[in-house]
Amino acid sequence: MDEYGRDYTIEPIELDELLQKTAERSMTGWRLAQICATYMAEARQYELSYSFENVYELLTYRIIIGEEERVPSITQIYDCAFTYENEMKELFGVKITYMENDYDNRMYRIDEVTPFKDKAKEE
Amino acid sequence: MAKKTVIPFGPQHPVLPEPIHLDLVLEDEVVLEAIPSIGFIHRGLENLCKKKDFNEMVYVSERICGICSFMHGMGYCNAVEKIMDVEVPDRARYLRTIWSEMSRIHSHLLWLGLLADAFGFESLFMQSWRIREKILDMFEISTGGRVIFSVNKIGGVLKDMPDDMIKSFVDILVGMKKELREATRIFLDDYTVKTRLVGVGVLTKEDALKLGAVGPMLRASGVERDIRETGYAAYNEVGFDVITSDDCDSYARCKVRIEEIFESIEIIQRAAAMMPSGDIAVPVKGNPEGEYFMRVEQPRGEAFYYIKGNGTKFLDRMRVRTPTFANIPPMVATLKGSKLADVPLLILTIDPCISCTER
Repeated sequence: MDEYGRDYTIEPIELDELLQKTAERSMTGWRLAQICATYMAEARQYELSYSFENVYELLTYRIIIGEEERVPSITQIYDCAFTYENEMKELFGVKITYMENDYDNRMYRIDEVTPFKDKAKEE
Repeated sequence: MAKKTVIPFGPQHPVLPEPIHLDLVLEDEVVLEAIPSIGFIHRGLENLCKKKDFNEMVYVSERICGICSFMHGMGYCNAVEKIMDVEVPDRARYLRTIWSEMSRIHSHLLWLGLLADAFGFESLFMQSWRIREKILDMFEISTGGRVIFSVNKIGGVLKDMPDDMIKSFVDILVGMKKELREATRIFLDDYTVKTRLVGVGVLTKEDALKLGAVGPMLRASGVERDIRETGYAAYNEVGFDVITSDDCDSYARCKVRIEEIFESIEIIQRAAAMMPSGDIAVPVKGNPEGEYFMRVEQPRGEAFYYIKGNGTKFLDRMRVRTPTFANIPPMVATLKGSKLADVPLLILTIDPCISCTER
């Protein structure tokens, strides 16, 4: 437990550190637990959380990026990231580069474009 | 030279209880590649947090899935309780543990029935579901619902179970063990069943970790990982054994789930014996401000809840990463190199819940 009573760690990192930090997790045997995007409508920014797990220890890298910034895909390091990255791209409109298994916005068969982002804007 | 063929599999298929589509690239009878696509029933439930207040979101969470309904509600409540620093009464934690384990038994029995149906063993399918019916009856008696119970609330639970009811449930579960042993013996020892499961869909320990497998899929590959060990609800006090297998195949996944049913009965017995008296909920004031990552071990594996509150009654973000979502890449890995006839069975061995996956 940390000072806030949390049983996990959130580490803010810069966008250009993402691949290196992710590779470090992979090389030391950490499992990709999840990737989550949150759209912050007022700031027109995304908050991205990359969570890794190693025998119950949970570490989340937190990145804040601008709406138009591009995020490098981590599918070269963790194959299984393609589901999370396609979801972020399709629901939130996060721009991801060099993604393996890019579904080109057709993973979820929905008519609306980036529904989670647009709804946030309306609020 | 063998010709490559692409076979579309699903979304409507006799073996699929819910819609998922796979493009199977075959060379003769062997699957070279499987390309999954989901999204036929995407509901956008996570985004409802902008329209429903954080108390109403308990009911939304429960509707993510009809099998793990209780655990979705509990996972969401746990996350909000952590943000709001709410201490849930001991009795509520124990009640949550009992309902969770009953959910696990019913989910695993449902899966066993579907598995038996997939390889054409109709009577085994019916026996599995007949036993499961008793769990659904217990849900109905204790909560009033058979699928969605709505007994979770932020700060505890809405309904209590009288001690004599708990005792009667334990008696039923102990009595069920004999029937379960008889039915599960066929899954584990029958020659025909073993022919379909042993050595089929091998997922090595290294691949399971690398591909982010969770739950029985991960434990059947020899990884001792069960989020209940983090001690939410009353698991720290009640204790349990993590069931694993080193065989890494479909048989191992079946065996792990079967042994987990018996372990769940033990957990319920211990929780019933240790059940504290007292309140079942505490009043909660204010709105959540802050964020929390909560993990819960559902029947299908680790579910991940991210809740971010802004101090108003509406949340900034609710994110649920369900176990099936995490198990799709391992499923694709097990399909590569398999025979076409084994594809339905291999899809089933992850115990897919597409309704959960698409939220």
